[in-house]
Amino acid sequence: MRMTKYILTDILRNKTLIVYTFLLFLLSFSVFSLEDNPTKGVLSILNLLLIIVPLISSIFTTIYIYNSSEFIELLVSQPVKRSSIWISLYFGLGFSLSLAFIIGAGIITMIYQTDSTGILLIVSGVLLSLIFCSIAMLTTVYNRDKAKGIGASILTWLYFSLLFDGVLVFLLFQFSDYPIEKAMMAMSMLNPIDLARILILLKLDVSALMGYTGALFRTFFGNGYGQTISFLVLGIWSLIPFLISLHKFKHKDL
Amino acid sequence: MISIENISKSFGKQEVLKNISVSMNSNECIALIGPNGSGKTTLIKSILGMVPLVTGQILIDNNSIIGSYQYRSLIGYMPQIGRYPDNMNIGQVIQLMKTIRGNHVITDESLIDDFNLRQIFEKKMSTLSGGTRQKVSACIAFLFNPKILILDEPTAGLDPLSSEILKNKILVEKGKGKLIIITSHVLSELEEMISRVIYMQDGHIRIDASINELLEQTGENRLGKIISKALN
Repeated sequence: MRMTKYILTDILRNKTLIVYTFLLFLLSFSVFSLEDNPTKGVLSILNLLLIIVPLISSIFTTIYIYNSSEFIELLVSQPVKRSSIWISLYFGLGFSLSLAFIIGAGIITMIYQTDSTGILLIVSGVLLSLIFCSIAMLTTVYNRDKAKGIGASILTWLYFSLLFDGVLVFLLFQFSDYPIEKAMMAMSMLNPIDLARILILLKLDVSALMGYTGALFRTFFGNGYGQTISFLVLGIWSLIPFLISLHKFKHKDL
Repeated sequence: MISIENISKSFGKQEVLKNISVSMNSNECIALIGPNGSGKTTLIKSILGMVPLVTGQILIDNNSIIGSYQYRSLIGYMPQIGRYPDNMNIGQVIQLMKTIRGNHVITDESLIDDFNLRQIFEKKMSTLSGGTRQKVSACIAFLFNPKILILDEPTAGLDPLSSEILKNKILVEKGKGKLIIITSHVLSELEEMISRVIYMQDGHIRIDASINELLEQTGENRLGKIISKALN
């Protein structure tokens, strides 16, 4: 844990991260000042958030870890547990990415949408930052080669933001004669991006546009119980990939 | 001090270390040499715990290193390529290392002064030349006055003057009875310091002898020639 402070001093001064913060700020500021209705603003921000945050979080994490590989080796040669090194890296990266999101998009959102929807948006953004940082750490630990690792990171992002939904739609049409709403809800738990999207959309009261399924989703995700479970699942998503990567890192040949 | 017993290591199908056993003691300065891919670096990495052992055993001061990390406080390691986080400065990197070891440890900062690094403590690591980064790596290896020094190509990339400073430091530490393990391709660099030669090839140790024995056996006085004669 003593290492986290030093890792943070390095990441927080990273130019890419500063540009990312500025980009988020610019986007959210322009979205809210263009839309006269802040709810529409939240919707637009949501769509940006669901694309940009996972992409930048995974690629930034991947590149940072590959660039630190020699330094990580040097740390491993010191009298310190491997797990503390990997945990410090996750804390450092996760905290920095979350902070970038809060400064870049969170503050503006709170100014224009000062209610629970705004908070929900920020919490989801932070959780998505952590989740994709955690997933990226898993992809880097399994790929020795930097180019392969970055490729794998982009593919996982593509999978969660596009391919997964494609499969879902395919299944929807295949099984449209059956009552599969409950199964769909369960499946949405398998994709953190979808889960975050559903949570915020239902909060925004636009679920009326989503028909029968929307109504069913609303009964589950709209109440406190469903929301708690959803956040719990997002929390699990931010931990499980990281814990698997931690286990692998402990026994890895460096 | 270090006792390596029957270690083997494979990366995929490629067997890099083949059942190696060797012991190294204090008051020795060992040249670990061999062609590229002979297993030198893997051997060093096994000692440092960077490559976890699957078969065999390494004992340091009679304690197995398997599952332990505290033993590494006995070792100072200088890697072949030193790369550090871009936005840390030299002072922060050194401070980080001190934090890891616990701030109460008595440090040996003579090399920092000899290399005049204190004046550029504020410089970011990303702006440093390869040679300067190498100096930082050297300082870190010697910083905690360790009983064992493992130096991987220590003088590669250093200018002649700094290279001399580092060699002098190695000689001083050798005088204190430490165990020093150096790998290098430039054999002439090592001649003045070493007391024992371990030559590795294809994952085996081909030669393991004291420098005096080798001198007698071969009748040569240059390390390069000694090795080539001893191999025949």
